[in-house]
Amino acid sequence: MKVRLLFFAVLRDIAGVDARELVLSEGTTARDVWQSLRGEFAKLADYVQPPMIAVNEAYAEPSTVLRDGDELAFIPPVAGG
Amino acid sequence: MPYLTDHPIDPRTLVAQVMRSSDGAYVLFEGVVRNHHDGKAVESIFYDAYRPMAEKEIGAIVHDIAAQFPDVALAVVHRLGHLVVGDSSIAIAAAAPHRAEAFAASRMMIDRIKETVPIWKKERGPDGEEWVGWQGRC
Repeated sequence: MKVRLLFFAVLRDIAGVDARELVLSEGTTARDVWQSLRGEFAKLADYVQPPMIAVNEAYAEPSTVLRDGDELAFIPPVAGG
Repeated sequence: MPYLTDHPIDPRTLVAQVMRSSDGAYVLFEGVVRNHHDGKAVESIFYDAYRPMAEKEIGAIVHDIAAQFPDVALAVVHRLGHLVVGDSSIAIAAAAPHRAEAFAASRMMIDRIKETVPIWKKERGPDGEEWVGWQGRC
């Protein structure tokens, strides 16, 4: 299945892109995706716990099982206002 | 009207949106880029957002606060992009028949927006640049 992963703020700077398409196996959770990013990017290696997570533009739990066509984003600490 | 803008904020427009002839007061809150943060000099801020989600989150907050303060009319706009010291990053207008509710609703609005809306800021100064809130926590 395919999931679109969006990068914002510090995570966009680290990843160097706005978004990427992921091809995932059934049952993959948002937390699983975070763990793979930790392995890929040294700057994330220390962040064992994922930041806040959004699936399809709404906050979701790290245990959320992703589905084909989902849009996933990790939400670094917000700083609006 | 969208809650996010890439342009300078005109607070008078916001006030005009909310004021009714039955209102006896409005509170206008503006958040402004300041020249320091955590002891470091700040020259400018870049505001980034997950736009569609931020629009939804702000809309949900407006809806919540309107339910808690049924007599208050609310408007809010948050600016994104590159802002310099003195620029307003957010403006909130709350109009009500009496001042107490206008103060309370505008205060609740800015506090809630800071908690959950996916907006981020990168501060730039003579010492470099940094995403606020990222260092040391996640």
